[in-house]
Amino acid sequence: MDKTWNNKAWFLVLPVLVLVAFSAVIPLMTVVNYSVQDTFGNNQFFWAGTEWFEELLHSDRFWAAMGRNLIFSFIILAIEVPLGIFIALNMPRKGWGVPVCLVLMALPLLVPWNVVGTIWQVFGRTDIGLLGYTLNAIGIDYNYVRDPFDAWMTVIVMDVWHWTSLVVLLCYAGLVSIPDAFYQAAKIDGASRWSVFRYIQLPKMQRVLLIAVLLRFMDSFMIYTEPFVVTGGGPGNSTTFLSIDLVKMALGQFDLGPAAAMSLVYFLIVLLLSWVFYTVMTNYDAER
Amino acid sequence: MNLDLSWMAWTWPTATFFIVIALLLAGMSVWEYVSPGGNPRVGVLRFETTRGDRLFISLLGSAFIHLAWLGLVGPSLWWALALSVVYAILVFRYA
Repeated sequence: MDKTWNNKAWFLVLPVLVLVAFSAVIPLMTVVNYSVQDTFGNNQFFWAGTEWFEELLHSDRFWAAMGRNLIFSFIILAIEVPLGIFIALNMPRKGWGVPVCLVLMALPLLVPWNVVGTIWQVFGRTDIGLLGYTLNAIGIDYNYVRDPFDAWMTVIVMDVWHWTSLVVLLCYAGLVSIPDAFYQAAKIDGASRWSVFRYIQLPKMQRVLLIAVLLRFMDSFMIYTEPFVVTGGGPGNSTTFLSIDLVKMALGQFDLGPAAAMSLVYFLIVLLLSWVFYTVMTNYDAER
Repeated sequence: MNLDLSWMAWTWPTATFFIVIALLLAGMSVWEYVSPGGNPRVGVLRFETTRGDRLFISLLGSAFIHLAWLGLVGPSLWWALALSVVYAILVFRYA
């Protein structure tokens, strides 16, 4: 059937364009303007050119935060994706267990970020927190306020607790969409459990897995609230990710020019990586 | 109505930058009107790109060329601009 072309339909897009303009384009333009100037407040600006960008690109602090962010995202993906697949594979497909599991899995996703941070901040405390107190009681020297390794472990376990469910739910959606005929055919062929996973379940989950990886990467790369509440970026700068560093620079030090330059570089990196993921996903669809 | 945009801290160089981007988008719209369909093709990137994709790849790549130049060479960006134009031409020709 031929499509009906009506260019007046473009007017229906207008409200979205206006919204995007006010919520994204105008703020982005302002950030670009700030990134080439210096200000001491009072709406007075002084031209700085590319100074802030140069300073940023030669700043050890920026690259260290970037490195921490990349390591964090890599660890998060390396844990959450296999764990999410494993849990989804072991979830029931029928009966009363399905709604129970789905609700249990959805619960962490419903908790706001700052609440998650507060929960884990208290949970990990060595004086009153169940986790911190118990670990110390059994002889493990755990203190996320003092030890960078413990701080990292806390932030990682917290993120895994909060977001693995998303991967689980996406994988589960992929798994339940596989018709029974595939499993029956595999059974007739005498396929092993691994073969069923490798040649039936994994290919069927591939698209949702790409979405999960994209979402988890973007989210973990932009993480702010949870580590800020738990560790405040410390001890020292050990859990200072790009977003925490950015807020420190913009609101703590009121260095709006350098903070704007950092925002733009951060934005470009997220844009590039999202585009790469998006391209991979859409091309995978096209190939299918 | 007094439309005070001083809070946006406009400068002529940044305004020029956005005007160029707006002109590029307007130009792409005219191009699409004259030759609809976006001219999709598979080039050296080995996936299908339309004209809009090629503009996006050009602009994003140009941003990173400028950043790399700033970080590795120095503050004079004219050569980075020239390199970006060459890059964009290559993207539109072969991508």
